[in-house]
Amino acid sequence: MTSLSAKIQDVFDEPACDKNRGKDVRARKEGCARPLTPGAAAGGCAFDGAKIVLQPITDVAHLVHAPLACEGNSWDNRGAASSGPTLWRTSFTTDLTELDVVMGRGERKLFKAIREIKEAYAPAAVFVYSTCVTALIGDDIEAVCKRAAEKFGLAVVPVNAPGLAGSKNLGNKLAAEALLDHVIGTVEPDDAGPYDINVLGEFNLSGEFWLVKPLLDRLGIRVRACIPGDARYRDVASAHSARAAMVVCSTALITLARKMDERWDIPFFEGSFYGISDTSEALRNIAELLVRKGADPEILDRTERLIAQQEAIAWKKLEAYRPRLQGKRVLLNTGGVKSWSLVHALVEIGMEIVGTSVKKSTLEDKVRIKQMLKDDNDTFEQMSARDLYAILSGGKADIMLSGGRTQFVALKAKMPWLDINQERQHPYAGYDGMVELVRQIDLAIHNPIWRQVRERPPWDGPIHGYDALPGPSDDAENLHAVQETAGKAPTICVSAEEIR
Amino acid sequence: MTRILPQTKSAAINPLKSSQPLGAALAFLGIDGAVPLFHGAQGCTSFALVLFVRHFKETIPLQTTAMDEITIILGGSDNLEEAIFNLKTRTTPKLIGVCTTALVETRGEDCAGDISDIRLRRAEELAGTEIVLANTPDFAGALEEGWAKAVTAMIEGITKPGERARQSKKIAILPGWNLTVADLEHLREMVESFGLQSVILPDLSGSLDGTVPDHWVPTTYGGTSIEDIRELGTAEHCIAIGEHMRRPAEVLYKATGVPYVLFQSLTGLKGADQFVSLLSAISGQPVPASVRRRRAQLQDALLDGHFHFGGKKIAIAAEPDQLYQFGAFFVDMGCAITAAVTTTGMSKILEKVPAESIQVGDLGDLESLASGADLLVTHSHGRQASKRLGIPLMRIGFPVFDRLGSQHRLSILYQGTRDLVFEVANLFQAGRRAPTPDELDPFRKRQTPGEPDASLLTRH
Repeated sequence: MTSLSAKIQDVFDEPACDKNRGKDVRARKEGCARPLTPGAAAGGCAFDGAKIVLQPITDVAHLVHAPLACEGNSWDNRGAASSGPTLWRTSFTTDLTELDVVMGRGERKLFKAIREIKEAYAPAAVFVYSTCVTALIGDDIEAVCKRAAEKFGLAVVPVNAPGLAGSKNLGNKLAAEALLDHVIGTVEPDDAGPYDINVLGEFNLSGEFWLVKPLLDRLGIRVRACIPGDARYRDVASAHSARAAMVVCSTALITLARKMDERWDIPFFEGSFYGISDTSEALRNIAELLVRKGADPEILDRTERLIAQQEAIAWKKLEAYRPRLQGKRVLLNTGGVKSWSLVHALVEIGMEIVGTSVKKSTLEDKVRIKQMLKDDNDTFEQMSARDLYAILSGGKADIMLSGGRTQFVALKAKMPWLDINQERQHPYAGYDGMVELVRQIDLAIHNPIWRQVRERPPWDGPIHGYDALPGPSDDAENLHAVQETAGKAPTICVSAEEIR
Repeated sequence: MTRILPQTKSAAINPLKSSQPLGAALAFLGIDGAVPLFHGAQGCTSFALVLFVRHFKETIPLQTTAMDEITIILGGSDNLEEAIFNLKTRTTPKLIGVCTTALVETRGEDCAGDISDIRLRRAEELAGTEIVLANTPDFAGALEEGWAKAVTAMIEGITKPGERARQSKKIAILPGWNLTVADLEHLREMVESFGLQSVILPDLSGSLDGTVPDHWVPTTYGGTSIEDIRELGTAEHCIAIGEHMRRPAEVLYKATGVPYVLFQSLTGLKGADQFVSLLSAISGQPVPASVRRRRAQLQDALLDGHFHFGGKKIAIAAEPDQLYQFGAFFVDMGCAITAAVTTTGMSKILEKVPAESIQVGDLGDLESLASGADLLVTHSHGRQASKRLGIPLMRIGFPVFDRLGSQHRLSILYQGTRDLVFEVANLFQAGRRAPTPDELDPFRKRQTPGEPDASLLTRH
């Protein structure tokens, strides 16, 4: 475990992380892991985080070395999309039994499992994930992977991020380390060019990167590797040949970007494809970095023209929603999306933000968010389900945007809710994605079921005579039916009269 | 005699199993005011929680002792204690159901010792909260075993032992995990229609039936009450459903003397007939007219439906009792089970499954055995195989995350069997193709004895 502890120290001391830079020396040493409270903890483990980052690489067999639960309870559960291979959605696990654990057969089973997968599926590579139990019994997955790679002539990549090492975020970082140690730089492409970029931390959920990629295509910019969304192993292995990089989800992969910059001189910036101004800013930044690295400066003008054209179209589409959404109050409860630009677009069409979480936002983000809020005090680090429920059931918001974890807090409070995290059904990136998000908000808020579910039943409360019975008077058949039913139950009526 | 083929692969491909602690947690979720607590790393809980939410579309109370690298070395008893008291203060549950995981079991923690120690030292603070332990390492068993262990643990830990004065109208029902909310509701109504009362343990129909409470509740709301579990020994009779419920029923019998009858399945005419006969015998009441009517409706459904079932080949993957429940249903309708996959070779019920052989394995096995079948029957994870093979999928069991309302699907007794007949017949009808001259050409597809079945060839 010593090398794992060293890795953990290393990834937590991230000079490129704004949050980390703001801390004093001692706090920095402690890393960004918060100690968990037993009995009051939420969130995934390091293994979960590692799998999230790597699994969308589509032509790789992802093999989980563990007893059943780690993979059996979690496979095929995220909405990343692939434009080709489907191997990543096939689940592989060594499914260790009691005997395997007791007899110490884990390593042998792992080796055989790799062989079976190689023979039956011929994957581009096998990624092997260690987990709590296999770390505890001391299975040396690095050695097994090395041996299997030699024997089978196949890339076999150990991912050393057992759940007990820490949080999901730590797992994200350890996954990136596995890519740096074993994958990136192992394939030399024969077509490297001055317009090649990497996009890091883009998961292509619901295929949303496909709303952005055509914009890059139009500018003649080639995505060498999008890590991990819709990636192929070869793309990732040759990612070191790109000229510039954009980090989309910075908390997950900022360290990867910084180390690639140091090792292969690939400058990067942090950006987002959520919201109109952020999308434009991202395109601008990409073009500028490429020019800095030697691309023809004429790309800057072309980028500006494309931005102007696309923004105009998007704002025009959004304007159509203003009459329906003006004054509606939004509660944002999400750590994952760097949400200020998204917030900006919502405010721009007249919506109000009545609260937002800033759990994963940087200081700079927080300042921007505060400028857009009605009340400074409406930001919060994390809110308990009970408190969220109170806000929603108290009618202090018209919709909550959050991840699946808090979905039912909103729904049970009979409030509209929209998923903006990984399980979401709709793509929200880029200009069209922002329009789609606003459309979905509109659909959610104005669905006719809200009126119905909030209505109390007419028969609950003081009981009235026949005259007060509901029923459309112009619907003769219905009225007849009501009278007939009532006529058949005289005893109830009598007691009702008595109660009154 | 059914042959049971053990697993020989090293890589499980597309698991059929959900983990054992998840099964135990599911049973605890059927108790009023309960919070299941996984003793392991936070990920164990997170994965189970997400899977439950995907299946039930409900808030699920489920907590973790949040073991990490250091506590795994020093031992988990402090974390367990802290978790129990944090839950106690924050949610005041009536029951904390501790489910161990592979992590603490591999370490060899004495969780039972830890819990009795905590109980002894802090009895006063714990008043009003039962703590029950199910030893459920992930490296053994699956849903079925975990569920049965949790029910057994609750009877051992909560039910008052010893012979009690019996209430002649009270029936204890121990349902297997494969009964849905609708099944349990129907079961209760059926029992009540004979003038009897039922106590169902666990009762998911009270807790996970999808309702909207008018305030925030951090535990389960509804389900079997702790008081009812305590008083289980006063039942006149116990009815267990599914072979995996034999052990809990035995434990209840040994502790309290309540005799039990075990039904391996309540799906199908025969099982329903036996169940209704039993209720009639216990209650001394004739079978109500409404139940007779349901039986007649099932008879008619069998008549109308059988055209669509005869000769159909079914590939099914499920935990043992559910494999028997559905396997027997299909064979009783005139189908053949051409591929059967299950999670363990240990269950006694497997001998009764009407298939030539049963593979202990995963959905990868199902996919390779299922070619030529007319219908795949398994949980939602079978969707990829269904698409690749071009064979329709009937979703049963857990998890069903890509269809709504699986908890409200009835599949037991006369009415449930009737509904199943219609559902499956409609699946077959929807997939019917118009005949083509090529398919029917007597020179192209003539079958001679000894050759494989023609439809096996035409499928690809």
